[in-house]
Amino acid sequence: MQFGIFTVGDVTTDPTTGETVSEYERIKAMVTIALKAEEVGLDVFATGEHHNPPFVPSSPTTMLGYVAARTERLVLSTATTLITTNDPVKIAEDYAMLQHLADGRVDLIMGRGNTGPVYPWFGQDIRNGIPLAIENYALLHQLWREDVVDWEGRFRTPLQGFTSTPRPLDGVPPFVWHGSIRSPEIAEQAAYYGDGFFANNIFWPKEHYMRLIGLYRQRYAHYGHGTPEQAIVGLGGQVFMRKNSQDAVREFRPYFDNAPVYGHGPSLEDFMAQTPLTVGSPQQVIDRTLEFRQYFGDYQRQLFLMDHAGLPLKTVLEQLDILGEEVVPVLRKEFAVGRPAEVPDAPTHASLVEAARKVSVQ
Amino acid sequence: MRTLVVVSAGLTVPSSTRLLADRLATAVAGQTEVRVDVVELRDLATDIANNLVTGFPSPRLAAALETVTRADGLVAATPIFTASYSGLFKSFFDVLDPEALTGKPVLVAATGGTARHSLALEHALRPLFTYLRAVVVPTAVYAAPEDWASAGTDDLAHRIARAAGELAELMAGRPPAVAPQAEQVVPFAQQLAALRVRPEG
Repeated sequence: MQFGIFTVGDVTTDPTTGETVSEYERIKAMVTIALKAEEVGLDVFATGEHHNPPFVPSSPTTMLGYVAARTERLVLSTATTLITTNDPVKIAEDYAMLQHLADGRVDLIMGRGNTGPVYPWFGQDIRNGIPLAIENYALLHQLWREDVVDWEGRFRTPLQGFTSTPRPLDGVPPFVWHGSIRSPEIAEQAAYYGDGFFANNIFWPKEHYMRLIGLYRQRYAHYGHGTPEQAIVGLGGQVFMRKNSQDAVREFRPYFDNAPVYGHGPSLEDFMAQTPLTVGSPQQVIDRTLEFRQYFGDYQRQLFLMDHAGLPLKTVLEQLDILGEEVVPVLRKEFAVGRPAEVPDAPTHASLVEAARKVSVQ
Repeated sequence: MRTLVVVSAGLTVPSSTRLLADRLATAVAGQTEVRVDVVELRDLATDIANNLVTGFPSPRLAAALETVTRADGLVAATPIFTASYSGLFKSFFDVLDPEALTGKPVLVAATGGTARHSLALEHALRPLFTYLRAVVVPTAVYAAPEDWASAGTDDLAHRIARAAGELAELMAGRPPAVAPQAEQVVPFAQQLAALRVRPEG
């Protein structure tokens, strides 16, 4: 099982000091956080993609390429890549390029994006969100698997005799997860292709994600990719830890109370009860995360949101130390207990190359 | 048995809006066999505000939304504030699923400090429920302070009886509400085909 972190890349004022970092500082902090993820033994770093303030990561492959050059092991991913408003041809090119530079340590989580004006800014209409996600991904899928593509669709200039370069490393495209909070169409899309499904599992009650993951597993089997239990599921999560849980609550509360998305609403206690957020001791985070398996089945990837709402870099790095030293080693051990042998690990470049080799031998 | 749900946005305890809503519900129950459930929005005020902020309902609010969604008929009553329904009343229907009231019989009612605001029912409440594709009964009931001491052929009691009769008839003529179907998924091939520029072949 893979463990990692995902970042939204927000520039938010620290409510305890009133200080706001510059875009430069935030971008550099994101890189520092990614490098720290590898240092503390995590497997995955995923960056968001946004095209409006207060977010900085508009150009994920630039950042991930830089991180790739400074890491050895870390899988670089996105959370999420906007499959609706990006040109699928450019996604095919950019991420194949990144895949070569990173020696295959790349995968993507596709998402639609829920910022209304981003669609018109990129020449699209949010009411076409689902059709855009379906058509654009169908083209991306084809561009990575066929050397010469003729193509015509509703949303993009047709292609005649187009070859996306560079071709995927070793002829194996990056693995793709599809992320969604509430759209069964996206669970169906992930199942159809035998791709992964990622539920961000933050900010909302778990029941929303359980419904979609259940549907994804069932349809994954329907399309003949394996049993429902073998479907490739990724989950998010949000935690803040200190040795004593009271200290964690006291320190995190001002960040919670003023956070974008959920701040100035329910109490920290209510939000913890109603959503997967866990603020407490490392043991509480371990216990809560292990519960995910009861709700969603054995899964392949767990990403944590660690660096939003204006938390200072120093605090985030301390959190990553706790995560890497005290939490993830226990989770690795505990998640392995009782895990059926037929449940696969998350696909990696090496495993996909091996799978492709077996198919060509047959 | 069919279920009549009263949604009352009165803020005081006791509240004249709730009093009006209860009289309407009792009048409906007198004409057709119904179970009456009451959703007091005052008790859910913080939950409703939190739902606006977070995008999801607390368990308590989710239960109230479910009660309204499963109702066979609705009495929706609000005080008139600043020439319209109260903000709390509107916010509740803002966090309700937009499909939840489709085809559902609804009786709209309001209270206010003066009879001059009575047309807020026609100008604000009726369009709100029409937008949600509810079937709003023709008689809307407004109670001004003097109505609680009114007499004659068009007094409050008569208006309540007429409106309740209209709602009872609509509810009786409608099959009982059923639990929503499990989510249906459109097969992927069908989703792809819908996007195809030219049919194959």
